[in-house]
Amino acid sequence: MNLKLETRNSKPRIAVHKFASCDGCQLAFLNLGEDLLRLAERVELVHFAEAGPVAPEVPVDIAFVEGSITTPDDLERIQRVRKHARYLVTIGACATAGGVQALRNLASAREWLAAVYARPDYIASLDSSTPIARHVKVDLELWGCPVNGRQLLAAIGALLEGAAPREERDKVCLECKRAGNVCVLVAKGIPCMGPVTRTGCGAICPRFGRDCYACYGPAENANTEALAQRFQGLGLLPEQIVRRFRSINGAAPEFADAAQRARR
Amino acid sequence: MSDGRRIDIQVPVLARVEGEGALELAARDGHIETLKLRIFEPPRLFEKFLEGRDCHEVPDLVARICGICPVAYQMSAVQALESLFGVEPGPWVRAMRRAMYCGEWIESHALHIHLLAAPDFLDYPNAIAMAKDHPEVVRRGLRLQALGNDLIRLFGGRSVHPVGVCVGGFHRAPAPDEVAALRARLTEALGEAEELLAWSARLPLPASDQDFICVALRDPGEYPMYAGRIVAGDGLDINAAGFEREFREFQVPHSTALHSLYRGRPYLVGPLARLHLNRDRLPPPVQAALVATGIMFPTRNMYHSIVARAAELLLAVHEALRLLSDYAPAPQARVSVPVRAGVGFGVSEAPRGLLWHRYEVDAAGLVRAARIVPPTSQNQARIEQDLRQSLEEYGLAHGDAELRLRAETVIRNYDPCISCATHFLDLRVERT
Repeated sequence: MNLKLETRNSKPRIAVHKFASCDGCQLAFLNLGEDLLRLAERVELVHFAEAGPVAPEVPVDIAFVEGSITTPDDLERIQRVRKHARYLVTIGACATAGGVQALRNLASAREWLAAVYARPDYIASLDSSTPIARHVKVDLELWGCPVNGRQLLAAIGALLEGAAPREERDKVCLECKRAGNVCVLVAKGIPCMGPVTRTGCGAICPRFGRDCYACYGPAENANTEALAQRFQGLGLLPEQIVRRFRSINGAAPEFADAAQRARR
Repeated sequence: MSDGRRIDIQVPVLARVEGEGALELAARDGHIETLKLRIFEPPRLFEKFLEGRDCHEVPDLVARICGICPVAYQMSAVQALESLFGVEPGPWVRAMRRAMYCGEWIESHALHIHLLAAPDFLDYPNAIAMAKDHPEVVRRGLRLQALGNDLIRLFGGRSVHPVGVCVGGFHRAPAPDEVAALRARLTEALGEAEELLAWSARLPLPASDQDFICVALRDPGEYPMYAGRIVAGDGLDINAAGFEREFREFQVPHSTALHSLYRGRPYLVGPLARLHLNRDRLPPPVQAALVATGIMFPTRNMYHSIVARAAELLLAVHEALRLLSDYAPAPQARVSVPVRAGVGFGVSEAPRGLLWHRYEVDAAGLVRAARIVPPTSQNQARIEQDLRQSLEEYGLAHGDAELRLRAETVIRNYDPCISCATHFLDLRVERT
């Protein structure tokens, strides 16, 4: 499975596919600056519609997938993406956990049907937004809403060298402490999600004196129950605690379970 | 065309646009029979799941409608909610929000001009291919894009889905040394932004002569961006609350984004519309640089949009510098927000044009209803109108590949952001 450059006759091929999303994660490629030009020297970008190249059916070494599965067509398209890719890497909360649009999964079908507008028959949409791993095998998941360029370059580097990519699983708190931020939860009693959230963002929210809102998804061994109790101690009502967990990554199992428990 | 050729062009995936769209074109005997800008970007139903959320969650949630212009969504949202609550965060917050918004204009305009639009006019399939022959052009674009991103980061911690803006102001005021560092880079970028404007006017843009009505914001003193009244080329002058009376959205079968009409007609929003209605609001150095291009505004050539975009990028660099000169952090970057029930409207100028929000909030501060009208859905009917006219003028006798490229060029000229346009539809449930 080693893709090392010298073992190949041609450049490694990369594709970037989009499903239901805001385009913000693929923007991490276009925001690479000079590194984007260097990357384009090193690899062949065969499919990346927003940047120009369109060739979704060409076999690639790495397929990056942004967005969640929300339409009948997408159910089939993701199978083809998988078939053509040696490695499939999800980028961002939508592809990895269903995204903020997975909040629809909690609504009852009846409620949605009642909200149908002028000509719903023109529109095809599933009743749920699901992560890529629900449908095909995923080799690597990059969390974050949005992911950043550093995560992308690290993943490409590791996969092209045949090394196992190092995954960030620690909590935001560790990064936040190292950055020397004042803890907003302890010092100000702000219901911060840092203790259960995966690091990788740079702890920017506490640095701005505000609560982490878990855009990087659940950390490893996240003690959501203890945090929910802490929030209760701060005076949050059950529905407020539910909303803390049901947000950008609300369909990630750890957060969905935590929200379920908080409702009781 | 007399050979009776049947033209049937399908562009299944539009490249170099944000989001998922396609084009269907059928023509016979030199006339276009069907032309559909198909938008099949899946609806993400933002307005529905905003219902029941706390008003303070709104800025973080609506940012997720668009990764390219999250600041615009946050700005229209906080203004709508602040007006609803009767909160006025004051001149410091207003100035700093405008400075942050300048970052998004610089980032988005640099990205569109260099990476998405320019390859059309310089005859390359994409910017990476263009970089081989024009490395400095692409690098200039990437540098300006990075500058815009860093300006957003100053106020928001990151450029995509920034975290700094809140209802009532900002979570934090930037430190003076961070602002000084950015000011130095903005000063350096002035020359480059001026060169960009001159360069954009020298591009071999196609000729085009079209009649269109422009809609944009207008402010008593400033070039519109963060706020203003809604005006149109025919004299319309209304506040944000009046939008729904004059602008109507309707559904078409081939699009998951609603079309929008102004008094029954297609209309234009975005850089060219703003410039046409607000040229007198450009600061003198930007006016002079625009005059020096030799292109007369108002123009009937839609391709001059790229020049308007470059002029606005220069404006945004000047404005950011003006707003950040004599910077001092506010002692309080946010005011307290007394929550009450009501309806509020907010409108601002996203890089692609007018972005209108309406929220209904209950006494506990929870959102009861939300409505968001993004710029690309407003431009959809205008794009189709332009395509019909441009392609017939260009000549349907051209080969399929040429017609297809011309059609894509017309569409890209509007910088459509399809992810934005499609966030708000209700859906049909199909159980699988």
